[in-house]
Amino acid sequence: MLSKRIIPCLDVREGKTTKGIKFQNNIDIGDPVEMARFYYEAGADEIVFYDITASHEKRNIMIDVVRRVAENIFIPFSVGGGIRTIDDMREVLLAGAEKVSVNSSAIKNPEIISEGAKAFGSQCIVLGMDVKYVGKSERIPSGYEMVINGGRTYMGIDAIWWAKEAERLGAGEICLNSIDADGTREGYEINLTSLISTNAKIPVIASGGAGKPVHLLEVLTKGKADAALIASMVHYGTYSISQIKSYLYSNGIKIRKT
Amino acid sequence: MISIIDYNAGNLTSVYRAVNHLGFKCKITKDTQAILNSDSIIFPGVGAAGAAMESLLKLGLDVAIKEAFNLGKPILGICLGTQIIMSYSEENSVNCIGIINGKVCAFPFNLQDQDGNRLKIPQMGWNSIEIKKEHPVLSGICKDDEFYFVHGYYPRPSDDNDILASTSYGINFPSIIIGGKNLIATQFHPEKSGKCGLKLLKNFCMWQPC
Repeated sequence: MLSKRIIPCLDVREGKTTKGIKFQNNIDIGDPVEMARFYYEAGADEIVFYDITASHEKRNIMIDVVRRVAENIFIPFSVGGGIRTIDDMREVLLAGAEKVSVNSSAIKNPEIISEGAKAFGSQCIVLGMDVKYVGKSERIPSGYEMVINGGRTYMGIDAIWWAKEAERLGAGEICLNSIDADGTREGYEINLTSLISTNAKIPVIASGGAGKPVHLLEVLTKGKADAALIASMVHYGTYSISQIKSYLYSNGIKIRKT
Repeated sequence: MISIIDYNAGNLTSVYRAVNHLGFKCKITKDTQAILNSDSIIFPGVGAAGAAMESLLKLGLDVAIKEAFNLGKPILGICLGTQIIMSYSEENSVNCIGIINGKVCAFPFNLQDQDGNRLKIPQMGWNSIEIKKEHPVLSGICKDDEFYFVHGYYPRPSDDNDILASTSYGINFPSIIIGGKNLIATQFHPEKSGKCGLKLLKNFCMWQPC
């Protein structure tokens, strides 16, 4: 059987990871390549990078990071943030990423999903979804609405509809972030995750809200997620990946032992 | 020198980086003569069977691979490369190179796990392998080791003796197959399978089939 994946997420701005990250053994902080290597050694199943560099002109810095990461780690990793065109995708994939993720650019221009899938295969194309609960209405039947700009702009699109539409267009995976749960460390949005996971036929990575290992257990069972994204709970050294994995294993979750 | 066959099927650089990291000399090439002169050959691939076969035929690489196989050169197939060495693929209904007899099958549409949950296709993620018999390229690989898979199709050799390992995903499917004395092919991606994958790649790079 397939193992559930545990995926650390790194935000990168102009070639540096942005959060004040402290590892227990004080290895280089702030260098995404070192951090990727640390998580690779620690048993991460995959790594996600978000380029939050504001200026499009500085994208080449991220490409260099991707190239150096690819030379150092031998597990899949994806890169998102600022991917607007097929050429942006090609650049990231050629630099060594396994997958690219598109979020707001796909809402504005859904063809980027189908064109990307056609050019590089569906397995490369991850749809990033930022979702907020707004209450059920005629326009948003599930009550979950697509948002962009960190949750500031509502798009008037139902999250379940968008997940299915992106899948039809050729997305190979969904990285589902709940804006409501993000940063709370009080657990993933289980209801949302389960809704998207049962409606989509492609794998779903749950994101937003992880603070304790039990949160991963919940989202991988009740939430029916295929993978769980983690950030601060490992970045600050509160938990190690092996601690999280052994907790999940002892609770009956199939995980990859390392 | 190890040749990594270039037929515009993507993901070549990951294989190149992994082999390079292990300290072996390798080259990405579509030159048939270079392929025939190399010590071993890696035949990787991501994408669809139809387009891949078209590209191989155009470049004359189907002939080169068969010739290299007949010369007894060690060959490693990866993912789509593994599927393409079979006789036929259900994906795009295309005839393939045919070094190993058998066909490439799609996962059944209604794939379920033991508890009746629907399984997603493609299989994407880490899964274990059940090794049927020993092989030098699997030296040091243990029962619990997991490998990274991304695929909707799998190889089904006509002769069960060609199956070296199998994996369970709703059904049991062949995940490592062999051809003759000098070909081994994996459905998973050793270049993306962490330490276990690197171990397998290293074993292959040092393999000298008799």
